[in-house]
Amino acid sequence: MSESSDQHYVIVGAGQAGAEVASELRKRGFEGQISLIGDESVAPYRRPPLSKAYFSGDAEADSLLVLKPPQLEKNGIDLLSGVTVDAIDRATHTVTLSDGRSLQYDKLALTTGGRARPLPCPGNDLDGVFLLRSLADVDAIRAHCNAETRMAIVGGGFIGLEVAASARKAGMAVTVVETLDRVLARVTAPVVSAFFERIHREAGVDLRTGVRVEAIEGTTKVEGVRLGDGSVIPADVVVVGIGLIPNVELAEAAGLEVDNGIVVDACAQTSDPDIVAAGDCANHPNRFAGERIRLESVQNAMEQARVAAGTMLGAESPYDAVPWFWSDQYDCKLQMAGLSGGYDDIVLRGDPAAEKRFSAFYLRDGQLIAADSVGRPQDFMFAKKLVTLNIAPDRAKLADPEVPLKAFLPA
Amino acid sequence: MPRLHFVHPDGSAQAVEAEPGESVMAVATQQQVAGIVGECGGCCSCATCHVYVDSPWFEALAAPDEMEVMMLEAAVEPTAHSRLCCQITVADDLDGMVLRIPAGQL
Repeated sequence: MSESSDQHYVIVGAGQAGAEVASELRKRGFEGQISLIGDESVAPYRRPPLSKAYFSGDAEADSLLVLKPPQLEKNGIDLLSGVTVDAIDRATHTVTLSDGRSLQYDKLALTTGGRARPLPCPGNDLDGVFLLRSLADVDAIRAHCNAETRMAIVGGGFIGLEVAASARKAGMAVTVVETLDRVLARVTAPVVSAFFERIHREAGVDLRTGVRVEAIEGTTKVEGVRLGDGSVIPADVVVVGIGLIPNVELAEAAGLEVDNGIVVDACAQTSDPDIVAAGDCANHPNRFAGERIRLESVQNAMEQARVAAGTMLGAESPYDAVPWFWSDQYDCKLQMAGLSGGYDDIVLRGDPAAEKRFSAFYLRDGQLIAADSVGRPQDFMFAKKLVTLNIAPDRAKLADPEVPLKAFLPA
Repeated sequence: MPRLHFVHPDGSAQAVEAEPGESVMAVATQQQVAGIVGECGGCCSCATCHVYVDSPWFEALAAPDEMEVMMLEAAVEPTAHSRLCCQITVADDLDGMVLRIPAGQL
């Protein structure tokens, strides 16, 4: 890779995908210049703990860093923090930064991630209403909270439920409002949603499903959340977790193909051969989804980033990793392998209505396409392999907790 | 500062300095040790930081918890010396510890 030393690779977005592109380039022997541009003021960090261990004070900010300043320096990764990229000029291979600088690139990686979707209702700008995406967001929320705080959480997705668990742990009174008729509706089966509703209610969360938020009430500060049924939930702090908007504007303005994310091929290449994209912002073909998809997960950020780095170096290798996710709430760890959308059958191992250990297996045409496991990590680990291998397991054996999933692997 | 020795599947070794109190996974990923992925960030959710720990250090480590034991059962080619290195905290008495990296993490 000796000819690479005079090259300049620029990475826009210094989250986990951006950091992984930079790391992977170095691991593969790239000797040129790497510039990693991020709009936050800190080194690249892990976001998953923000709603979990960091929220509850069990993890320090320093422990979230993916690459600390000394390692960035040692690996020759120039971090440009606190700046945004205003424009990409593809014809001249130049990016223009918000501080007036411009950089020439030979290859460009877009790992721009996304931003939290704001609550589209009156009162969303009152003091005490927060979105949750960054370290700074969580620091601001925590500064507003103590054990007496009444917290209302809008959105019964992973962020909302994880924050609910962390806030209950801190002693706060917590209400969760979800517009759909169950929590985690977009990602899991009703039986798994019911499990999470049960553990939150058992923990003392006031969980309201099937009702929308009409307005946040208050004069300057939050005083309550008014719901579609007319009731008002008194609250001091409102945390909004209603999804992510991919940051595609830069790519769009540069004329790259954009469609619910920056459109990339299996090797993370955009419609420009010198530009790759990866992570939350990238719409990619995914065999586990059976179609194009944009995934919001650490697994996707990191694995697709490594594929993107390979493509930048001319060593294309298609992205073909099974999607997986996890969530920690109270003493329960949920691990999800595969994508359950489009399942036509579900098999349970254990009883989610009574226990805190179970797996839900999702089948389509007899084939295992996904599994959600709580407290059964072996099921999760082997399900990842079975999903990758398109295995069609025997339904009765799948339901039997005594049959290890390993038994379904080909000899 | 304790030194950790990572041995890659091809037999090559890599020594890194480690700050006491950090997890071995964090040290390895910060220092770009290939083959230690640590995708979940150290919360025992992914088993992409599986290593084999040589004696006598293996025996010196605090025993794995139930979650780690269950994850290890399903790791790639687990042995009696398998650990998830996100669950190992660097300490002065681990100076010289040899950790062997498996050929694959998934």
